[in-house]
Amino acid sequence: MKILVPVKRVLDYNVKARVKPDQSGVDLSNVKMSMNPFDEISVEEAVRLKEDGKAEEIVVVSIGPEKAQETIRTALAMGADRGILIKTDETVEPLGVAKLLAKVVEEESPDMVVLGKQAIDDDANATGQMLGALLGWPQGTFASKVEIADGAANVTREVDGGLQTIKINLPAIVTTDLRLNEPRYASLPNIMKAKRKPIDMKVPDDYGVDIAPRLQVVKVTEPPKREAGEIVESVEELVSKLKNEAGVL
Amino acid sequence: MAVLVVAEHDNEELNEATLKAVTAAQAIGGDIDILCAGNDCGSVAEAAAKIEGVRKVRCAKDPALEHFLAEAMEAVIVPLMDEYDAMVAPATTVGKNFAPRVAAKLDVMQLSDVTAVEDADTFVRPIYAGNAMMTVKSGDAKKVVTVRPTTFQAANAQGGAAEVEELSVDLGDLKSQFVGEELSDSDRPELAAAKIVISGGRGMGNGENFHMLDSIADRLGAAVGASRAAVDAGFVPNEYQVGQTGKVVAPDLYIAVGISGAIQHLAGMKDSKTIVAINKDEEAPIFQVADYGLVADLFDALPKFEEEIDKLGYKAG
Ligand SMILES: Cc1cc2nc3c(=O)[nH]c(=O)nc-3n(C[C@@H](O)[C@H](O)[C@H](O)COP(=O)(O)OP(=O)(O)OC[C@H]3O[C@@H](n4cnc5c(N)ncnc54)[C@H](O)[C@@H]3O)c2cc1C
Ligand SMILES: Cc1cc2nc3c(=O)[nH]c(=O)nc-3n(C[C@H](O)[C@H](O)[C@H](O)COP(=O)(O)OP(=O)(O)OC[C@H]3O[C@@H](n4cnc5c(N)ncnc54)[C@H](O)[C@@H]3O)c2cc1C
Repeated sequence: MKILVPVKRVLDYNVKARVKPDQSGVDLSNVKMSMNPFDEISVEEAVRLKEDGKAEEIVVVSIGPEKAQETIRTALAMGADRGILIKTDETVEPLGVAKLLAKVVEEESPDMVVLGKQAIDDDANATGQMLGALLGWPQGTFASKVEIADGAANVTREVDGGLQTIKINLPAIVTTDLRLNEPRYASLPNIMKAKRKPIDMKVPDDYGVDIAPRLQVVKVTEPPKREAGEIVESVEELVSKLKNEAGVL
Repeated sequence: MAVLVVAEHDNEELNEATLKAVTAAQAIGGDIDILCAGNDCGSVAEAAAKIEGVRKVRCAKDPALEHFLAEAMEAVIVPLMDEYDAMVAPATTVGKNFAPRVAAKLDVMQLSDVTAVEDADTFVRPIYAGNAMMTVKSGDAKKVVTVRPTTFQAANAQGGAAEVEELSVDLGDLKSQFVGEELSDSDRPELAAAKIVISGGRGMGNGENFHMLDSIADRLGAAVGASRAAVDAGFVPNEYQVGQTGKVVAPDLYIAVGISGAIQHLAGMKDSKTIVAINKDEEAPIFQVADYGLVADLFDALPKFEEEIDKLGYKAG
């Protein structure tokens, strides 16, 4: 089995996003960028499937700036085999990303594409599902368990009411949720080895799809600020204030 | 203009999130129809027909729709979209699952988790765990929108008398099938809809200790939530998780117990009306958003809290 894992370079999850004063977007200059945490989970899952003998090859792909190469290298150090960077400095929306990925799938013919359920910057939670629709493939989103057998995957999904298990025929899309696994840290020897693994350099024009944004950003603003309230001295005071001041009890 | 609202339900009852989606659809404008796709979901269609301001309810019934699998939902919705300018669904795990497929099939960019509708083309949505709000204008001919239920008022569930139309359903060959589910069966209100939520974090120490929260929740008619750390540690199941990548709640009262207040957790609860934090570390970031903070050991504070609300007349059961 061959697995394709799309990985996205995003603002590190520990960094609080700052809105630019001119409201054009979020300030990404001089801030720490990392692999989207859900994508680390996807890479980990693919590597485990390879270690279990269920997968032979793992290809990672990223759409983004030159520096997204670092994100690909991280995935290679975790155990992926080779990378593809589709280089662009423009914003590519999930629909555009899905269209590019559909072309990569055409070329690579993977049996499974494992994506993050959402990227923690734009929080769209859309790319995997869109790719599924474009390819006419089934999907197991928000996965907390994936079992491969007989040309199908049993995927346990984190849903609002609890857990749901579905069976999807391969080839298929899986999007990963937090409880699927705990991603490993790459070891130093593997980081060194990753430097020699190949990364194919591409540009969107190589794929001949229209990825022009459909959404125009009117403005990006700060959310309303919540003011810190007061520190109460005792549980009695707390309950009394909730009843008499806030009126919520 | 016409908007198709996709109902959220469990084949028996209409979920309140649908009423919120109807309000969002009204802000987009035009005639509003509701799609009830499911299995044997006649009672849901009847309830939907009573929502004020609805023109028509369209009912698609098929055993393969019972669990709202994305492929099946796509097969029902995409052909209907010839008749509509927009599709609106609540941003629940069901809506998030199928809506992007519909968008991709229509070749439009989805508007995810929208918190405000400015006009038929302009929408506000949170990005970066709610640390920024993005206003976007869509140039697409049709809109596919998922809406965050907590930020919209519920439409009036009574007063309408829409006709119910049965659709003929042809799902074609599906490559996914339902195997099973483990749903929490609790008498408590749903997290997303509860007026009071009490959540525990890593500070709770173990799953057993969550009973302290259960017993307060039972008295207050509250739902119980958790931080990711508490879920990851196995104290409580995944459906308890509140946050950027879990559930978004906005109750009248949110009580965070033994939760530090990471960005990702705040993203899921900072729109609550009143926030209480109980934490033994006075430096915990949760205090920066709390209306009332109590610096205390939760193992002392929770039993006292229960006593105090007992005095107010709240009783278990
Ligand atoms: C300043 C600024 C302006 C922006 N303007 C816009 C705008 O006008 N419109 C807009 O829609 N967005 C805008 N964005 C965000 C945009 O770049 C999003 O990142 C993009 O839309 C993808 O959405 P997502 O990552 O949330 O997708 P999701 O669907 O949440 O991503 C899920 C998964 O898809 C895969 N994936 C997503 N993107 C990539 C990628 N590039 N390469 C490889 N895999 C990927 C990953 O596996 C990821 O885990 C802007 C961002 C910034 C910082
Ligand atoms: C991709 C990604 C997505 C995430 N999504 C979410 C999400 O949706 N929701 C979410 O919650 N988190 C999410 N997180 C995790 C988040 O970053 C934090 O790690 C998490 O919220 C911490 O949980 P916590 O506050 O329970 O634990 P901690 O940060 O460990 O805090 C425990 C708190 O309990 C207090 N405490 C301990 N003992 C006691 C006691 N006896 N009495 C009183 N107080 C006590 C401590 O002082 C401390 O403040 C996400 C992280 C990532 C990377």
